[in-house]
Amino acid sequence: MEEGKVISQSVAESAAAYAIIHAQFGDALSAFDGNETMPFFEVLNTALWPEIALYMRDHPKLRFTYMACLSGVDYQAEEKVGIVCNIESLGQFNHKLAVKVKCARQGGSIPSVACVWHTANWHEREAYDMFGMLFTGHPDMKRILCPDDWEGYPLLKDYKVQESYHGIKVPY
Amino acid sequence: MGLLDAAITKHNVLVTSVDNVLNWARLSSLWPMGFGLACCAIEMMATNASNYDLERFGIFPRSSPRQSDLMIVAGTVTMKMAERVIRLYEQMPEPRYVLSMGSCSNCGGPYWEHGYHVLKGVDRVIPVDVYVPGCPPRPESLIGGLMKIQELIRMEQIGVSRADALKKLAEKSIDPQFVIDRERKATTA
Repeated sequence: MEEGKVISQSVAESAAAYAIIHAQFGDALSAFDGNETMPFFEVLNTALWPEIALYMRDHPKLRFTYMACLSGVDYQAEEKVGIVCNIESLGQFNHKLAVKVKCARQGGSIPSVACVWHTANWHEREAYDMFGMLFTGHPDMKRILCPDDWEGYPLLKDYKVQESYHGIKVPY
Repeated sequence: MGLLDAAITKHNVLVTSVDNVLNWARLSSLWPMGFGLACCAIEMMATNASNYDLERFGIFPRSSPRQSDLMIVAGTVTMKMAERVIRLYEQMPEPRYVLSMGSCSNCGGPYWEHGYHVLKGVDRVIPVDVYVPGCPPRPESLIGGLMKIQELIRMEQIGVSRADALKKLAEKSIDPQFVIDRERKATTA
């Protein structure tokens, strides 16, 4: 973060929370991005993501007890897909953080945090349904919205819809 | 002309054909299958409720396809749902009618281009008799569509196929623009 820059109270709280996580995990995390809209950091060592999640949830000064959302993103230029998790501390602290985790675009996988926040269970399934990344250790890793035998992952930038589904024409 | 428009003699005797009586009975008790797929279903429920009161036409929703003779496809038909819609249609006893309500079930609606998951018109899987345009259609439009179904039933006879009845119905239809212009003139005058 740039020195001498006036930052808001909420970003400062998020930065303090990041400092605690960074002290524990060090190089596994990227630098903190203290933007006003959605302060975030990225998990560089994706294998540590469940451990980081558990630490964030259970540390007495963090208590990130609430996963508000988990979204999928297609980084087509980087040949990656990823998730963005919005995590908050309900009723205890005001800090909020977004955590980004990325993996390879073809056949990549991200460790599941469904055991840490149950919200992640269905959200990870939706991310898989739309982007095709697998979540290792997920209790029920299958599509959630599209039919089980659907072809392709609809929210990828280069997605092409299939010609027919069970003999029914799909495109207009 | 409806059956009851015919003059009744002073002895309360009405002479008509069996076709007329049967059609009158069928069109006066259309039982749609009670199922809705999206926001059109809200409008359909509003039409069923007291303000628009479909029951005055003898129309009230049944909970089983086996007791219904009309299917109102009210809403977005997804690819996943399409197969269920076929199943429900096949469970309905004949003669059965299908009313496609709203843009989504007519042609895919707002999902026509980028909605990978939406069936682009329910007529791709089941035969549709009447299309009601709108997004969603107002209750008046739905009632208009239902009355079109009633007219279709009135066109039917023993030995007349559904296609012929639909053709007869199309021949009888009038250009709505004439009525619209007349009403506009009446309000502005």
